[in-house]
Order: sequence, then structure tokens, then C-alpha cells
Amino acid sequence: MKLHLKKLSAHTLITVLEERIDAHNSNELKSVLLQSIAQGNACIIVQLETVRFIDSSGLGALLSGYKNAAAQNGKLVLTNIQQQVLSMFELTRLNRVFEIYPDVNEALGSKPEGPP
Amino acid sequence: MTASIIQLDVIIPNQTRYLDFIGSLGERLARELKHYHGDREALAYHLNLVLTEATANAIKHRVPGNLEDTVRVFILLEHNQLTIKVYDHGQGFDLESVPLPDFDHPKESGMGIFLIKTLMDSVTYKKQEHCNVLEIIKRL
Repeated sequence: MKLHLKKLSAHTLITVLEERIDAHNSNELKSVLLQSIAQGNACIIVQLETVRFIDSSGLGALLSGYKNAAAQNGKLVLTNIQQQVLSMFELTRLNRVFEIYPDVNEALGSKPEGPP
Repeated sequence: MTASIIQLDVIIPNQTRYLDFIGSLGERLARELKHYHGDREALAYHLNLVLTEATANAIKHRVPGNLEDTVRVFILLEHNQLTIKVYDHGQGFDLESVPLPDFDHPKESGMGIFLIKTLMDSVTYKKQEHCNVLEIIKRL
């Protein structure tokens, strides 16, 4: 899977450079997310601008990252989601789980979760 | 109502790298519909998704260790109905026992069948003598 990782102060920006996230590459995405969290980078922004298709395994990979980030007092948020892809989050109600931002700058304005 | 019949019978290796290929057939079909009045782009996505999920399901349920196994995908677009049949050679599963996702406590897996059932009009899974077939019908 083609990904671009960039450190942005307290956040790790992961840009997915694929048009499609499905059962063929979702495990790789999940591994990258879990590896980042294991390395102490649990505040993750996943940019999905180029992704025009996601299936249930792709949603599952992002959910895995979300849960693991939260368990490490971090947060995984999503940005730049295309409309048809967003409809999959709505159909599975995962839009109620993820924070979804129009772009990375908006996401950077969000605060990592943690103890008050 | 569609003006013509399109029938596809595709056999692919039991590998996830072919999901894109199978899914793209659904997108092409949606664009071939001459008299479809709904959201064509949404239908294209949904057919891509359903074919992807159904084929991934068949690959997941393959006979363990049989890397030479194949998945057969049959698609028939006739009149105002699309029929998709996906054949697998695994042990099969009980479609009716697949639970609905718990939306308040979502899990990382188990959403595929929910998506197929939600987006299509009819879904059945039957065991045949030498294989299982997931049959999906969408009225257009």
C-alpha cells in the first residue's frame, strides 16, 4: 500500500496514496497504524483525499487504529474524505465514532484526548 | 428498465488482488444502464462494494491450504434486475446467523454481510453439492 508518513509536531500525518482500500491492502494499513501507535505516535491524522473506494475491511482497519490510539490516550482522526467514501461511514454509523475534518489544518486544531 | 442483457461469468484465482478487478465490473455495469434514473455514481459504488465484499467473503471461506482454489462470479443484468452469484468451495456459513453490527460498540469485522444486505434487495446463501453460492439480487 502506498502511504506517506509525516510528523507534524504532536501529530503523525498518514496520507493514503491509494484509490482503493479493500481486503487486499487493509491489513497493511492496519499494521502501519498500529506500528505508529506502538512507537508512541498515537495522535494520528489519516488523510484520505485520493481514496475513492473503501470496503468493510478498510473501515475495520481504521477502526482498529482508532481504538488502539484511544487506548494509548491518543486520537485517530480522518480528513479529506470523498463523498461516496463518507457514505460508507454513515451507513455503518462510524461517522459517529470518528472525528472527520475537511482538511489537515482543521484536524490540527483538534486537541488530542487525554486526562483533563 | 435496461434495453439489453449483459451476462458475465468470471473465474478468478482465490486471491484478494483480484478484488479491484471484480469490483470494477460493478462500476462498469452501473454506467451501462441506459434508463436508470437513480444516483448512478452511488449505484456504481454500491455494486463495486457488494462484488468486493461478496468475493472477499468467498476468498475468506476458501478451503484452508488450497491455494489453487478459484472463485466464480456470475453476473446477469436482465430487464430491470441484476443478479450476482458468487461461488465458493469452503465449508460455508449460515447467513441468517450473521449478527447485525453493534453500532454502539462497533467491531473491526463483520460488516460485509450487513452492507450487502443493506444495499441490495435480496441475499441468500445456499450449499450446493460441490460448492456454496451467495446470490444477490438488485432491482434497478
